[in-house]
Order: sequence, then C-alpha cells, then structure tokens
Amino acid sequence: MGTDVNSSESTAVPVIEMREVRKRLGGKQVLDGVNLAVPGGSTTTILGMSGCGKSTLVKHIVGLLRPDSGDVFVEGRDVGRASDSELRDIRKSFGMVFQGSALLQSLTVFENVALPLSEHRTMPPAQIRERVAEVLELVRLTGFEGYLPAELSGGMRKRAGVARAVVTKPDILLYDEPTTGLDPVITNTVNEMIKDMREKLGVTSVVISHDIPSAGKTSDRLAVLHNGRILESGPPEEIMNSALPEVRQFMEGGTRGPLTND
Amino acid sequence: MGIFDETGKFLLDMVQSAGQGTILFWKALRQLRHVLRERHKTRRQAFLYGVCSIPVVTITALFTGMVIGGQTGFELKKLASGLETTVGSIVGAAMCREMGPVLTAVVLAGFVGGGMASVIGTMKVNEEIDALEVMSINPVRYLVMPRLVAMMLAVPTLTVFADVVGIGGGAMVAKYQLGVSFYTFFDGAFTTLSVEDVLFGLLKGWVFGIIITMIACQQGITTTGGAEGVGRSTMRAVVYSFLMILIANYLLFSLIYRPFVGGF
Repeated sequence: MGTDVNSSESTAVPVIEMREVRKRLGGKQVLDGVNLAVPGGSTTTILGMSGCGKSTLVKHIVGLLRPDSGDVFVEGRDVGRASDSELRDIRKSFGMVFQGSALLQSLTVFENVALPLSEHRTMPPAQIRERVAEVLELVRLTGFEGYLPAELSGGMRKRAGVARAVVTKPDILLYDEPTTGLDPVITNTVNEMIKDMREKLGVTSVVISHDIPSAGKTSDRLAVLHNGRILESGPPEEIMNSALPEVRQFMEGGTRGPLTND
Repeated sequence: MGIFDETGKFLLDMVQSAGQGTILFWKALRQLRHVLRERHKTRRQAFLYGVCSIPVVTITALFTGMVIGGQTGFELKKLASGLETTVGSIVGAAMCREMGPVLTAVVLAGFVGGGMASVIGTMKVNEEIDALEVMSINPVRYLVMPRLVAMMLAVPTLTVFADVVGIGGGAMVAKYQLGVSFYTFFDGAFTTLSVEDVLFGLLKGWVFGIIITMIACQQGITTTGGAEGVGRSTMRAVVYSFLMILIANYLLFSLIYRPFVGGF
C-alpha cells in the first residue's frame, strides 16, 4: 500500500532523507518503514491522524530519537548514528517550533528568543538585542520582551516559539503542529510566517499537522502518514485528489472507512 | 506475592535510579569546565537552595539539639548526680558526627530535591529539555551542573550551620533545665570534638549534596506522563535520596570514619 515517496519526488537534492525508518516505542511499532525525501527550499507537510507517529517522525529528523533500523540523513549527514557532539553540530542547522511552544518558563520572552544566540556566543550582546528585536517584530511581539511565557496567550507563546526557532537563521525549520489550538486569525498569521520563511529566506521546512486547509496553503508537498508508513506524498493538489481510500478518508474527514476500521 | 513483587520493583527501580544518577554525575563532572560560564545560574541556585533553606534547617537543628540535650541530660542525671555536666560532649558529638549532616540532608532531600525533580520534570514534559537539545544546548551543562555545584557548596555550609544551631539548642536546655553552665557545656563539647569530626561532617554534607542533586535531576530528566509523571518523579526523588543518604551515611562511617578518624 505504501508509495515509495522517493519515486515521486522532484529532482531537487533532498536536504532531509529517511530510508526505511522503523521505531518501536512502548511496545507499539510507531514507525514501520518510513521513506521520505524533503527537497531543499521546500515546505513539506506531514499529515496524519492524532497518534499516528508524526511527532516521533520529526524527532528522528532532529536526532531526539534514534531509529531502531533505517537511515536518517540531514544535508548528507547520518543523524541516526551521529555522536552527541556531531548531533549538536548538525542541530545548529535546525530551528524547531514545538507543539506547546516549549519556551523556558523561567525566562522572559527576550531571554527565550535570545537563548540560542547567547548560549553559542555567535554574536555580541548588542547585536543579539538587535536580532531579537527584529524577529519579535516579525512575529508581532514587539513590546512583550519582558513578559514571562505564563503571562502570554497561547497564540503569543506559539509566535514566541517561532521567533526563537528563526532567530539563528536556520537552514531547516521543523514545525510540530504549529496551528493547533489557535484562532483563525493567528492560524493565518502563522501560515503566512511559514510561507515567508520559504519565500524570503529559502528555508527548508517540515510541518507536522492535521490541519488540512493550512497545509494546502503553506506547502509545496504533502505526505500522509498512517500506521507508521508514508501512504502517499506529492504536490497538495495531487494528494487532495488522491485515489487511495485512506488518504481520501483523511482529506474528507469521513468517520467511516479504512482509517477508522483499523 | 503482591508485596514481594512491589518490594522487588521498588528496589530495582531504586538501583536503576542510582545507576543512572551515577552516569549523570559523571556527565555533570565533565561539564565542570564550564562552571565560570554558568556562574550566574550557579549563584542563583546556591542562594535558592542555601539561603532559602536556612529557616527550615534552623528549626530542625535547634529542636533536635534541644531534645538530645534534654533526653541525655536527664538520663545522665538519673544515673548519677553531676553526670549531666558531660551533656555538652554528647550533644556536640551527636550533632557534628550524625544529626547535623544527616538531618540537614534529609530536610534538603525533601525541600530541595523534591523541588528540583519537579522543576526539571515539568521542563521535560513541556518539551523544554527537548528544545534545549534542538538548540544544541547541553541540558547537563545548562540544568544539572549548576545545581550540582550549588548543592556541593550549600549542603556542607548548611551542615556546619546546623551543627552550631543544634549545639546552641542543647546548651540552652542544659543551662535552663539541667542547670549546667554554658562554660561547662561548651568545654565538654569542644573537648570531645576534633577537627576531623567537623571535617568528616563536611565530607558527609558534600556527599549527601551530590546524592540529592543527582537523584533529583535523574528523576526529573526521565519524567514521562504529564502532571502525574511529575508527581511520581518528585516522590521517588525524595524517597530514593532519603534512603540513599542513610545507606551512604553508614558506608562513610564504616569505610572512612571508623578506620581513619575513630581509629577503631
């Protein structure tokens, strides 16, 4: 049933490549032979039902989890077998927006956003202040520098999470459910930001979501994950009109069909 | 069958926690080269654990010293009139060798260890530790090492403080309830105590500080399962460090105090 994603990819060199990745967690086969290739400069959204392993998949890309078998390559480097120090080096190419923002609760918005820069001492403090101000303006959080995450709304925390992810100007951005729980206006703001990152900065993005309208607006490619495998991937219009019953049911949100019979 | 199962599971889990805590300790030691860089965090943690623990350590040590002074003094008086004048030496030895270090550590295991495990556990379930990893920030350097250094400084300091407060409490009971003068009390205390006794108490505080920190951080970092998981980690951190303090206390007595300080 699984379509080999590589066969339908564009000719661009993949920045992220997963080959036959398998992972078992808590007695359950969460990933069962995932093949995925994400071309450089594109936005790929991984769609799938809740609990289908989307977050596990993205954690493999950034090396937070290692596969039981199979390979994960990022810019040609083997993430699955990298040492801790190699991983730290590889991760410098990444920015990641977490589902719950994952802002450090003890730090202010400014300190959170400045954290990757101040910890790696890549620029002097004055330049850090300038860069943080720039990204906070981008996410419309100017004036909230001194707030603690607990004092912000869910949407503002999400935007602060985006600001922290982009502050280092990463080559690759990973978004874990960036629009979940947001109101329609903030959802569109986040979607615009995801598009801007690709169009203005040429960033390669992987978005984990089950928000189909947002995925259609922001992505060059969609991939549908089910039962630990990528069922199908391709341009949004191709996936939206898929002939595969599982993909069709997911896209239409049907309550009866192969997805709910499992 | 159930009670054996549960006991076995509990012991296995505690041994696993001790093993993982030891590995984490080794990793934290390797991060000590960044201690100057993390000095602000370390200072803040030392203040939090050291200064904020003073009231609870004071009350614990004061009343323990008073009870030891009272109980032993009255027993000595019953044995032979005038024997109660030696109460200072008993309170001094009991506080500096055992009660000061152990009580301070036990209080801090609950007060600081529990707090530390719940903070780090909450960070874990909120994906804050994953976020640090993704930002290429080593969580052991950022979270564990400053706490370890802070506790290695705070626990011995608080131990000495508890010794002094406990002896002071014993002296007050001796004077006002047993009629032993301060001079007699402190003369007895200082004659019995040696520098080695005090240094051994400091060594204990230092070791107990390491145990509390490593068990708390290990439990925090391995937390799973949301708020319930944080509660479980906090409870385990307190119980395991409490038990390990008692075990380490005996090992330190047996392996260091008895042959090198006590000479018996």
